[in-house]
Amino acid sequence: MSLRTEAGPYFGEFGGRFVPESLIAALDELSAAYEVARNDPAFAAELTELLTNYVGRPSVITEVPRFAEHAGGARIILKREDLNHTGSHKVNNVLGQAILTKRIGKTRVIAETGAGQHGVATATAAALFGLECVIYMGEVDTERQALNVARMRLLGAEVIPVTAGSRTLKDAINEALRDWVTNVEHTNYIFGTVAGPHPFPAMVRDFQKIIGEEAREQVLALTGRLPDAVAACVGGGSNAMGIFHAFLDDQDVALYGFEAGGEGAGTPRTAATITVGRPGVLHGARSYLLQDEDGQTVESHSISAGLDYPGVGPEHSWLASIHRAQYRPVTDDAAMQALRLLSRTEGIIPAIESAHALAGALDLGRELGPDATILVNLSGRGDKDMETAARYFDLIDEGARQS
Amino acid sequence: MTATSATASTIRARVDAGSGALVGYLPVGFPSLGGSIDAAVALVENGVDILELGLPYSDPVMDGPVIQAATQRALADGFRLRDGFTAVQAIAQQVSAPILIMTYWNPVVQFGVDRFADELAAAGGAGLITPDLIPDEASTWLDASERVGLDRVFLAAPSSTDARLRRSVEASRGFVYAVSTMGITGARADVDQAARGLVGRLREQGADSTCVGIGISTAAQVAEVLEYADGAIVGSAIVKALGDGGVEAAGELAAELATGKQLARSA
Repeated sequence: MSLRTEAGPYFGEFGGRFVPESLIAALDELSAAYEVARNDPAFAAELTELLTNYVGRPSVITEVPRFAEHAGGARIILKREDLNHTGSHKVNNVLGQAILTKRIGKTRVIAETGAGQHGVATATAAALFGLECVIYMGEVDTERQALNVARMRLLGAEVIPVTAGSRTLKDAINEALRDWVTNVEHTNYIFGTVAGPHPFPAMVRDFQKIIGEEAREQVLALTGRLPDAVAACVGGGSNAMGIFHAFLDDQDVALYGFEAGGEGAGTPRTAATITVGRPGVLHGARSYLLQDEDGQTVESHSISAGLDYPGVGPEHSWLASIHRAQYRPVTDDAAMQALRLLSRTEGIIPAIESAHALAGALDLGRELGPDATILVNLSGRGDKDMETAARYFDLIDEGARQS
Repeated sequence: MTATSATASTIRARVDAGSGALVGYLPVGFPSLGGSIDAAVALVENGVDILELGLPYSDPVMDGPVIQAATQRALADGFRLRDGFTAVQAIAQQVSAPILIMTYWNPVVQFGVDRFADELAAAGGAGLITPDLIPDEASTWLDASERVGLDRVFLAAPSSTDARLRRSVEASRGFVYAVSTMGITGARADVDQAARGLVGRLREQGADSTCVGIGISTAAQVAEVLEYADGAIVGSAIVKALGDGGVEAAGELAAELATGKQLARSA
């Protein structure tokens, strides 16, 4: 049976729609519009045109032999989503949803963002399509991703720092949902990951699955065979679902999702949702989540704002439950070391999010041996993380100032 | 929807008396567990007919700033789920008004839906209001509430289709919670005209007990809502009074809001 035909609302026992009744009409409207759009050649043509001439797709793959020397000699190939316009995979999904927004006649878009990659992509699409745009971002994240806040504002979006709860991505989603409940008549919520209520998990995956479809062909063309393993970082899980999906039915291709272990999956300061969480309901879907005994969401921690989320998309929970994909934690430090290693060996500065997949691939290479080929989704570039990296590695001279 | 529940009977009695029911919300554990129990009792002693006790939750997507601030404080002060049952039991020993728990769904799932239903019934609770649980996802709760005989209040929104309204009406027992406006909790100057239309549509779909909530904060608004609905739900205004002036202020506000029932009768 194919694993590639799941269309929601449920993925096994995960998924669904656990939202206030006030949002159901909007979710139904979106589901119906998406159903029409996905079967409409005009929609596909418009999206393809933008992905080609605006985003720069297909993104290339890059083999990284100097980096791979540190991975037991396994072949490592990067899917370069960092080279997309706006600097990450997020734009693939945003353009699809922006076209949908136009088709359902709404004039205002809202979005949540953690690292700011999805917020920047949404602000970009809003500028391109002439839509009013409001981005909700946890106050903690606006501080550690200040450059992306400036980018969003330059693009004409309003950025609202969210001060509730843990002041990170989870709270930004709550605030965006509140906005949507209130303004649903003229507002569309451009959700950034494969979590949330149906249709978001299936729809966002569909807009991201181009990553794996391209990469599968590119790796075949380069090596003559499929990779032995595919690796991606997992926060909500959109870049991972994007690269996994084309390989779901290739039983010889192992799939690895690398979660943000924070200071260690055994510590309270972690975001390794599948590794240490248990099933529950958050942000509209049943999935794994970090929670206490009473079902209160536990605050996550990761050095990477984009992975600092106590939930995960329901399709990942399902793939974990049927053992089609494996999920492993990667600590803050392992990710930062991998970030520096790729920078120094290959001249590519990855996003801290993507560095989790790189760190995971280093271990994976040593496990699988020198004959293995590992495809890694390099989901975003690291420009936005320079301040964090500079502080982590002490790269800026004391008293230095940029003028 | 059957009308055998204590909640439905209470609403029916108020409607028959010529007005309608006043439903008062406050969160358990704010300003303290004891304080919330005392405040709930004071609400009933001052004219609130049905209590809606909110369980503080980490991610309350339907709640506006006043209730968020109160529930966040309760959580910071160490609120535990079992405090909800403690509060229900303590209140039920002092007043006879039906007590509904308002809770987001995950705490119930983690506690165990059947276990939650059993403990709520044992404590003397009347049922649950579930803001993020739609009937489509509620099969375990429908079974558990049926088995234990608890009320289940689902939401209906102005944007809901007639088919969805019918589904909410059929799944609900006690009353249907008509969301007055498209938005989250919090006082508003004008309760949306959409509420009047929604209540009418719910009646067409078979509802015999509909309470309107969200945005109601004054006696005049209570009176206005009771012209067309069976009950009016007040939340943020009570929580604000409780936070600003303690149990006494909450009781005074309840007495003031209850005059809206008299206004409705004379209207």
